[in-house]
Amino acid sequence: MSVVTNHSTTAVPVVKTLSVSVNGRWLAVPQTTAHPLTGQPVATTMIQACEIAGVTVPHYCYHAKLAVAGNCRMCLVEFGTPALGPDRKPILNPDGTPQIRKSPRPAIACATPVSPGMEIYTNTPAVEAMRRGVLEFLLLNHPLDCPICDQAGECKLQEYSVEYGQAASRSVDEKVHKPKQVDLGPRIVLDDERCILCSRCIRFTRDLAGDDALGIVQRGSHSTLTHYPGRPFDHNYTLNTVDICPVGALTSKDFRFQMRVWFLQETKSVCTSCATGCNLLIGSRENKIYRYVPRQNDRVNSCWMCDSGRLNYKWIGRSDRLTQCQVRDAQGQMQLRTWPEAIQEAAGRLKQAAPGSIAFIASARQTNEELFLIRHLARKLGAMADSAPRTGEGDAWLVNADKNPNRLGAAIMFGLDRSALPVTSDTAPAAVGSADMLVGPGVQLARSGQECPRSIMGAAAERIGAKLPKIAEGIGRGEIRTLVVLGEDATKHLGAALLGRLENLIISDILPNATTPRAHVLLPGCAHAEKRGSFTNAQGRVQKFLKAVEPPGQARPESEFLVELVRAVTGEQFPQTVEGLFNRMAKETVAFQGITWAGLGDLGQGIAVEVLKT
Amino acid sequence: MAQEFRLILKHLDQPGYTPDLECYLRHGGYEVLKKAVSLAPVSSSDGRTITGQDKIRQEVKLSGLRGRGGAGFPCGVKWGFIDHKSGKPIYLIGNADESEPGTFKDRQIIHKDPHQLLEGMILAGYANQVQLAYIYIRGEFMEGARLLNRALAEARSNHFLGKNILGSGYDLEIYVHRGAGAYICGEETGLIESLEGKRAYPRIKPPYFPAVLGLYQCPTIVNNVETLCAVKHVMAMGGAEYAKLGSPNDPGTRIVCVSGQVKNPGYFEIEIGKVTLGELINDLAGGLREKRKLKAVIPGGSSAKVLKAGEKFKLKHRQADGKEVVREVDLLDLPYDAESLAAAGSMCGSGAVVVLDDSADVVEVLANISEFYAHESCGQCTPCREGSLWMSKILQRLNSGRGRPQDASELVRIAGQISGGKTICAFGEACAWPVESFVAKFKNDFEAKGAAAEPEEPEPLKP
Ligand SMILES: Cc1cc2nc3c(=O)[nH]c(=O)nc-3n(C[C@H](O)[C@H](O)[C@H](O)COP(=O)(O)O)c2cc1C
Ligand code: SF4
Ligand code: SF4
Ligand code: SF4
Ligand code: FES
Repeated sequence: MSVVTNHSTTAVPVVKTLSVSVNGRWLAVPQTTAHPLTGQPVATTMIQACEIAGVTVPHYCYHAKLAVAGNCRMCLVEFGTPALGPDRKPILNPDGTPQIRKSPRPAIACATPVSPGMEIYTNTPAVEAMRRGVLEFLLLNHPLDCPICDQAGECKLQEYSVEYGQAASRSVDEKVHKPKQVDLGPRIVLDDERCILCSRCIRFTRDLAGDDALGIVQRGSHSTLTHYPGRPFDHNYTLNTVDICPVGALTSKDFRFQMRVWFLQETKSVCTSCATGCNLLIGSRENKIYRYVPRQNDRVNSCWMCDSGRLNYKWIGRSDRLTQCQVRDAQGQMQLRTWPEAIQEAAGRLKQAAPGSIAFIASARQTNEELFLIRHLARKLGAMADSAPRTGEGDAWLVNADKNPNRLGAAIMFGLDRSALPVTSDTAPAAVGSADMLVGPGVQLARSGQECPRSIMGAAAERIGAKLPKIAEGIGRGEIRTLVVLGEDATKHLGAALLGRLENLIISDILPNATTPRAHVLLPGCAHAEKRGSFTNAQGRVQKFLKAVEPPGQARPESEFLVELVRAVTGEQFPQTVEGLFNRMAKETVAFQGITWAGLGDLGQGIAVEVLKT
Repeated sequence: MAQEFRLILKHLDQPGYTPDLECYLRHGGYEVLKKAVSLAPVSSSDGRTITGQDKIRQEVKLSGLRGRGGAGFPCGVKWGFIDHKSGKPIYLIGNADESEPGTFKDRQIIHKDPHQLLEGMILAGYANQVQLAYIYIRGEFMEGARLLNRALAEARSNHFLGKNILGSGYDLEIYVHRGAGAYICGEETGLIESLEGKRAYPRIKPPYFPAVLGLYQCPTIVNNVETLCAVKHVMAMGGAEYAKLGSPNDPGTRIVCVSGQVKNPGYFEIEIGKVTLGELINDLAGGLREKRKLKAVIPGGSSAKVLKAGEKFKLKHRQADGKEVVREVDLLDLPYDAESLAAAGSMCGSGAVVVLDDSADVVEVLANISEFYAHESCGQCTPCREGSLWMSKILQRLNSGRGRPQDASELVRIAGQISGGKTICAFGEACAWPVESFVAKFKNDFEAKGAAAEPEEPEPLKP
């Protein structure tokens, strides 16, 4: 039996180290590091060694996730290596230490490999003079755009100007002029005068996005970044170039001139547009979201995210959001209610319903904690519960064809199926086996010695949404008369006609859809940006997200009112905080056992899966 | 009276000498190759087998031949860096980009004696187990490319090239690749990028040393046209004999191109170190025009540091008894070899000597040189990209009477921010050295132009 886990505890091969000194402090650094593109071991570079030593070498063109270009020359450092005698052995000082021969020429830290005994100097007067020189050259033809430049506040030219810049220009000649406001594609505008020609964007789009779309034309100081003539720069990852552009040359049409970055509050979150769950930062100010930018998580999205996910935030501020609790009165009119009234109403309807006459459809866009509460309620009420699949186009990089951010969470809660779980082994699944095979043929959750909830076992081989036809049938036959829907348009899954046959339709949603007007009880929910919670992404990584903005009107986080609903229906009190709820869920759900809210950290945690070898 | 020593140029200017194969063969062409490919393996004293190829490499190393492209790196040492065990193909590139201002020697060979280059290349290819070689020729040499292609076809149909060369079992193909007109394509890694179909952006070293990660990331030898021709003569004479020519540290002959304000500009093949700058200028190039005095000499192509008339240099000289003596020499008595020019603070570079007499305006000369470099900088790395144009703008302004007193020192400061290993390729030095040396040596001329300006801030120049 081979154990494959998503935890970061997989055995790390022993790395050989070598000793270098950074500004006089000796440290051991790995001889090799993984190449950012191929993953192959390549010699550790000076800049990486300095990073390990906690010394940041100023740089523009270097980016840890891209191929090295070495063109900006900002990272030039001085260095020395042990002097070798004619016998190729190090010459020793009287005190036994090796004699260091200082190199007469500087080296770029981003590309120069370290060697044993190397001394790197990053703060000598000569090094600082070189930085001042490079900075002066970079600013020589740079426009004075800072007051209107979107990069202002997060611009590396500004940043280093503080340290290495000069107060006055020494040039009296006119600057080189280049195109401004170049429309590169549907989402990107380029200002060539601001471009420092670091080629980060070129390398990204060529090597990572696989579209050799950008390049430099002209030469010398007239060099100009441009896109392939006649072809817009329009693949689904273009906005990442705006992130990595160290200056304000590449700007996002969406964010341009919208907000000064220093006013933005940054909230750690994850993207909800597909099952990948790219980590991101929400930039917001005064309850308004201005942008998403990817947040580095090497186990999920590295430093990148797709354009469609990044721009999918506008709906959160839509004016037609559901903002009121509403209950249908005896005359069939919707009436506004307070939360306690609405919860009472919903609980009353659920309690009166005959056992077996209730069904739940909870979206796989709801959080693990919310789905956990729904599962609990469904189990108590003897109700069927399921989610709905949501598929679209995927690609070979980040975008998953599964558009549910919490599909795996829903699968774990409502009916585990093998295909929902990340199978990280190439072994073929075994035939359907014993009862402790919780997840489906050949796949078993780790720590399987522990008891598992019956509902999971019962649903072992089903996919999410597999129960929807059964629910439809139940409604059609008049057996199911109460339906609770969270975050889905039930007309799409069951058909509008069937919904008309229900006695109770209890709905929570964020935006109006074809189902919401039919609700008997309507509870306004929250976008992820308005609450905290966790999703389990396609690879089995549980990731949490935090609250960036306030929900509109009466809208409340679903987990909050679901706790109230559970109490009103069953009398049980679940934890009222997301932390408490998560920890309770983890205890009661085999897949999440051993994981805590605190343990998720910023980068999430993988759930362990064991794959049986046949 | 100094004399030329024609080895490479031996035949090509003789009346009736033509660039076709038949003429080359009549003058003993491809005989060296024939001998080389039939060299039998021998056992060395320690029992190892030394193949014919090993032998050629040894001879080239023994000859001490330095590259003639600019850097003057020993050819045999360069070949020694090639990894024969990598399993990758090894490429050879003949660098015929000849773009350094003042240099016009490779073109003589290409135009008048292309088979000599081919024989040198085939020898170098054979010695280094190369199966595919390229001649990268500057775009402007259209006629040269045509002649080379004709020579290649002739060589191919006479079994000097192609499969099973001269029945030796050795296969080699050579292709001519034309550049599109950029100086930077002569820099070996820029050349390789260009050959791969990309912009000629020089590569960073490390890791992209041509001998390890060259053309298509395979071990690659880049040699200048003249160097490759010299290989033929090394093999004709034997490495030890060749090493006796020229000076001990810089053996052999080289073709010097003398241009500028001399009566008889042209190319002259000399025994290295056996001819002084003065002899080159006065004996070979006909001397200065009437009533003119020497002002300066650029001794190794426009990127070499300028030497001023009347400058004295200290040369170390080892006597026959092994004693080292220091000898002070005047500019004109400086022997033309790598060591002496280095001692004078400059270099032989591409072998181009540019002579300036006292009618030359050094500010104008430097402005001209700088404009060239600002135009030719590939623009990849910051100091060279921005610095080269900045220096050019200042020099143009100085030259047009709108200079400032501080411009001279500004120029030196800017150049200092470029040179000294701060750039990706040696172009950085190539554009900074002339500025550094001209301003240092002719400070008065620059300051005079700066002071001539009206005191108020000058109007900015259009880029
Ligand atoms: C900016 C620059 C331009 C160069 N141009 C040429 C050239 O036109 N022809 C040439 O043979 N070498 C040129 N070189 C030198 C080549 O990089 C390389 O050193 C040379 O071709 C090696 O040949 P060699 O060892 O036979 O001299 C240039 C170097 C630099 C830095
Ligand atoms: S646009 Fe930005 S990322 Fe691209 S080369 Fe210019 S400065 Fe670098
Ligand atoms: S790949 Fe998926 S998770 Fe990542 S940004 Fe795009 S839609 Fe969002
Ligand atoms: S030094 Fe100049 S020519 Fe060489 S790579 Fe840098 S910008 Fe290009
Ligand atoms: S960061 Fe090293 S050269 Fe740009």
